[in-house]
Amino acid sequence: MKYQTQKIAMAYFAVAMGLFAIQVLGGLLAGFIYISPNFLSDLLPFNVVRMLHTNALVVWLLLGFFGAAYYLVPEESEREIYSPMIAYLQLILLVVGTLGAVITYTFNLFEGNFFLGLQGREFLEQPFWVKIGIVVAALMFLYNISMTVLKGRKTAITNVLLLGLWGIAIFFLFAFYVPDNLALDKMYWWYVIHLWVEGVWELVMASILAFLLLKLTGVDREVVEKWIYVIVSLSLFSGVLGTGHHYFWIGTPKYWTWIGSIFSAMEVIPFFAMVLFSFTMVWKGGRNHPNKAAVLWSLGTAVMAFFGAGVWGFMHTLHGVNFYSHGTQITAAHGHLAFFGAYVSINLAIITYAMPYILKREPYNQVLNMVSFWIMNSAMAFMTFVLTFAGAIQTHLQRVNGEDFMDVQEQMQLFFVMRFGAGAVFVIGALLFIYAIFVPRKELLQKSTTAAAE
Amino acid sequence: MQTKSAARNIFYGGSLFFLLIFFGLTAHSHYYIKNVSTNEVTLTEGVARGKKIWEDKSCVNCHTILGEGAYFAPELGNVWIRRGGKDDPEGAKDFIKEWMKAQPTGIEGRRQMPQFHLTDKQLDDLVEFFKWVSTIDTNGWPPNDAG
Repeated sequence: MKYQTQKIAMAYFAVAMGLFAIQVLGGLLAGFIYISPNFLSDLLPFNVVRMLHTNALVVWLLLGFFGAAYYLVPEESEREIYSPMIAYLQLILLVVGTLGAVITYTFNLFEGNFFLGLQGREFLEQPFWVKIGIVVAALMFLYNISMTVLKGRKTAITNVLLLGLWGIAIFFLFAFYVPDNLALDKMYWWYVIHLWVEGVWELVMASILAFLLLKLTGVDREVVEKWIYVIVSLSLFSGVLGTGHHYFWIGTPKYWTWIGSIFSAMEVIPFFAMVLFSFTMVWKGGRNHPNKAAVLWSLGTAVMAFFGAGVWGFMHTLHGVNFYSHGTQITAAHGHLAFFGAYVSINLAIITYAMPYILKREPYNQVLNMVSFWIMNSAMAFMTFVLTFAGAIQTHLQRVNGEDFMDVQEQMQLFFVMRFGAGAVFVIGALLFIYAIFVPRKELLQKSTTAAAE
Repeated sequence: MQTKSAARNIFYGGSLFFLLIFFGLTAHSHYYIKNVSTNEVTLTEGVARGKKIWEDKSCVNCHTILGEGAYFAPELGNVWIRRGGKDDPEGAKDFIKEWMKAQPTGIEGRRQMPQFHLTDKQLDDLVEFFKWVSTIDTNGWPPNDAG
């Protein structure tokens, strides 16, 4: 850690990991309700559990991105963060908002109240006052980071990162537009959801990945920066019009079936480019970085994002296929592997990389961390497979044969049991990771072979 | 250096190009939704109130509507059609209202839907919402009444 203010990242990472634990435990509970539907059905209905699961995920990923920015921007810009005070205030604001949302969901407070009650559009359920808080926090963050970057060295990594983070804030504003017409509502809802995860979040991911590979492999900055522009170009050229794959069946014009199919089919390309990029850099790089776990997560995120977002996305994105698979467990399979592969893993990668520097020590708990990598990746792969099988059965029985939804669900029970098992194993992996990060012990696989390996 | 700035310019220019096309097409889609694929004349205040109830109760975190939402409970974009609303509107309306009133079933091993304590007028609004949603032109989706 060359700059004092980089340690702001630790506070963000700590809160993020707390929410990660809540997220996976919420997921485990939701998975348990699938196999034992009467469990807690009066106290904590499924919809509440699911809101906690998805909202905790989104918030902790964003906190991870903010933390990553506070860590890497000083190093890239070669100067301290403009205002550490704003950074901590921003975190406090986000924590208050998150707690507010969690309490509102769990105890069903202020129902129907425009300002205080939950706003039940999927993933955007946060009460109005929390949404305002999110916007204010985002503005504080962007001001702080932009001021730092503007006054310092400008690199491709910070350019792309800033563009992605500004995009996150700008597209979130569409969360405030809630027309009475459901078709319109849905069209603009995707401005937030799709343009986040298949648009600007990819910019943030590519930028963090580029930073990690630059540091871990010692490859020339010039090479890394060329790659990053190629990758984010591919992301946005395919992903923006790729939004069309959500505009097949919601009342939008028929031309989207072709635009959406063609462009979203190409969304696999930037993820493949990230695989090529990360493996090429690691092969070519001369540096033997001592933080093996960070290298593993960096390669892992590229590969799993390629399979989850790329391959599993492509599987049901052509409109002829999507007509039958839309809104089945196929979507759930894709959603889980894509979020884990792309955005969970990139966060765990930067946390694994940054924490030893923040704590000013050699990489620690490397084996434990790598064990948690393999546990989480295997569990998520298994969960994805069983949900895909469940989805294939559902598609056939319900969408082709026209059997009743609940009758079909009962025939998928075995897969839901296996999904719960996979979820339980994943939770163990996640808790192991958190332990490996926050309970540093003496353990180093290998000394650095280059002195200046930071 | 030459190629890096070229890559950067392609990124900025190309992204702007595709964003502009996207905004143009969604502007047209906005017009299309308002005038062709949905009927804004029948989008009454009751439908709007029904949509608000749909949101306040967080229905979308169990059910899907036009295929979007959680996959824990049945699709409701076509529940009006599935319950025979086309031929017997009164029957479908009564069925949906009685269904809501009868929850939760408490049957062991069945997924449970909470009791939302909606008034008769609120139930009417919710049904109006489902009825209106079923009239959206969705390019023929879902493939059958099972949703």
